[in-house]
Amino acid sequence: MDTTAIRNDFMSLKDGLVYLDSAATSLTPEPVLEAMNEYYRNYRANVHRGLYAEAERATERYEEARKNIAAFIGATADEVIFTSSATAASNMLVYALEHTLELQEGDEIVTTVMEHHAMLLPLQELAKRNGLVVKYAQLTKDFALDLEDLRELITEKTRIVAVTGASNVTGRVACVPEDTLTTGARPVIVRDMTACVGHMPVNMSALDADFAFFSGHKMCGPTGTGVLYGKKEWLDKLRPGYFGGGMVDSVTLDEATYHVGVPGFEAGTANVGGVIGLGAAVSYLTRIGMDEIRAHVEGLTNYAFEKLGALEGVTLYAAPPEVNVGIVSLTLVGVHPHDVAEIAGQHNVAVRAGHHCALPLHNALGVVATTRASFYLYNTRDDIDALVEAVNDARRTFN
Amino acid sequence: MNEELYQAHILQHAKHPHNKEELADATISVPAKNTSCGDAYTLQLNVQDGFIEKAAFTGIGCAISQAAASLLTDKLTGMSTHEAAQVSEEDVYTLLHVPISTTREKCALLLWRALHEALKEHHA
Ligand SMILES: Cc1ncc(COP(=O)(O)O)c(C=O)c1O
Repeated sequence: MDTTAIRNDFMSLKDGLVYLDSAATSLTPEPVLEAMNEYYRNYRANVHRGLYAEAERATERYEEARKNIAAFIGATADEVIFTSSATAASNMLVYALEHTLELQEGDEIVTTVMEHHAMLLPLQELAKRNGLVVKYAQLTKDFALDLEDLRELITEKTRIVAVTGASNVTGRVACVPEDTLTTGARPVIVRDMTACVGHMPVNMSALDADFAFFSGHKMCGPTGTGVLYGKKEWLDKLRPGYFGGGMVDSVTLDEATYHVGVPGFEAGTANVGGVIGLGAAVSYLTRIGMDEIRAHVEGLTNYAFEKLGALEGVTLYAAPPEVNVGIVSLTLVGVHPHDVAEIAGQHNVAVRAGHHCALPLHNALGVVATTRASFYLYNTRDDIDALVEAVNDARRTFN
Repeated sequence: MNEELYQAHILQHAKHPHNKEELADATISVPAKNTSCGDAYTLQLNVQDGFIEKAAFTGIGCAISQAAASLLTDKLTGMSTHEAAQVSEEDVYTLLHVPISTTREKCALLLWRALHEALKEHHA
C-alpha cells in the first residue's frame, strides 16, 4: 500500500495536520468530492421520478452506488437501505421492529455494555414503551465481550440481540457466536457495524445478522449518509417506521399501501449526492484493498501499543492490535482527557476526548472519560510519534 | 492577552485549587455536570443575612473547569447574593484571563451556571 500516494488524495492533510480522529469522522478523498461535484454540477435531479436525461442518470448512479455498497459488505442491492446516518438507521430499525415483532410485556432484549448510544438508547426507549427487559453482556479480559455471559443472557424470551461489530472506544471487535442462538425461537440479530465497515473486510452473509447499520462518513464517504442492511427475508416482512413520498403503492384519504422491500423504507428525497459520494468511497477503498487497509491499520495499532504503552503514567484502553479496528483510548495520570486533547491540538494532532457516546462502557472501564486516537489508511508512524510527543508535553505541562 | 491556554496561573489553580472542600455548614449545594466530558462538580455556598460567608466546591474536571471553580469561589466569598447575581460570563473570562475557545466555553462556565442555579434556589 502506497501511503504517500494515498495521502495526496486527502487535501485536509496538506498543511501538516496529524489526523487521528477517524473514529469520529474520516477525511474525504478527492475522488469522492469529484463524484459529488459531478452530480451537483452536471446531472442534479431527483431519483426515481423524472423522465429526462439528468433524472435518469441520477437514478442510475444512485442505484449503481447501492450495488457497489452492497457488494462491498457481501450483501445484495435489495438488502441495502440508505439513511442519513448510523443513528438514523438504528432508530428507524427499532421503530420498524416495534411495528413488526408484536412484542409482549416481559420480552427481553439482550445487548452489551460495549454499545454506542446510537444502538443503546433506541433499545432502552423501545423497552420503556413496551415493558421489555434489557440485559447487558459484560466484558472479560482484553476488553472482549464475555461470550459466556452473552450465551447465558439469551433465553426463550429474548426477541432482539444487539451486539456491536466493534467498540468505538477500545477498538475491540465483537461477535455473536452461532451456538448462542440455538435456544428456542431465534431472536432478531442486529449488528452496529459503524466501526467496522471500511476499516476491515465485512461480509454480511457470513455474519449471519438479520440487520446491521453503519455511517458513510467514517469510511471516506460524506456526512449525512448511512446504511441500514436487512436480510432480504426480513425486509419483505418488516413494516416501515417512517412514512412519506416515494415509498407508496397507493394512497387514498383513508389508507395507503407501501412498496415491499428496500423502496418501502426510503421515504422522501434521498441524499442523492451523498449516496453517489459513498459509492465513490467504496470504489476508492476497494481499489486500495480492504485487506491492505486492515493490515496497515493493524501495523499502526501495534506501533501505537509499543510507543504509547511505554509512556510513564499512560493507561491504554484498547484491545490487542489483531482484534482491534484501529482505536486506542488512553488516560494520562493527573491530566484530564480534555487537557490532553487540547495540548495535542496545539501540536496539530487531532484526537478526541470524552466518553465517545459510550457512557456505560466508560463506567465498565472505571473511567469518566478518555482521550482517543484512531487510525486509518492515511495515517503513518510519524503521526503516532507526533501524538507521543504531545502526550509527553501534556505530562510536562501538568507536572 | 497571551495566546497560550495553559498559562502559569491556570495551571497553578488547576493543580492547587482554592476553596476545594466540603462545607459542613453550607446553606446551598448545587451539582454541576458536564456529561460530555465526565466533569462533575458541586458548588456550595454558606449564605448568612444575604451575604456569601463562604463559597466552595468539590469535584473533578479539566484544568479549565478547575481553575474557573477556584477563581470564581474566591471572588464569591464575601459578596452579597445580589452582587453574586450580577457576576456575568464575561467576569468569568476576565478571571481566567486566557483565550477560551468555543469548545471550552462549557468548561469555563460550568460552575458559573451552577452559581445562577444556586441563587435561584436561594431566592425561591
Ligand atoms: C460504533 C458506533 N455506532 C454508531 C455511531 C453513530 O454514528 P453517527 O453519529 O454517524 O450516526 C458511531 C459514531 O459515532 C459509532 O462509532
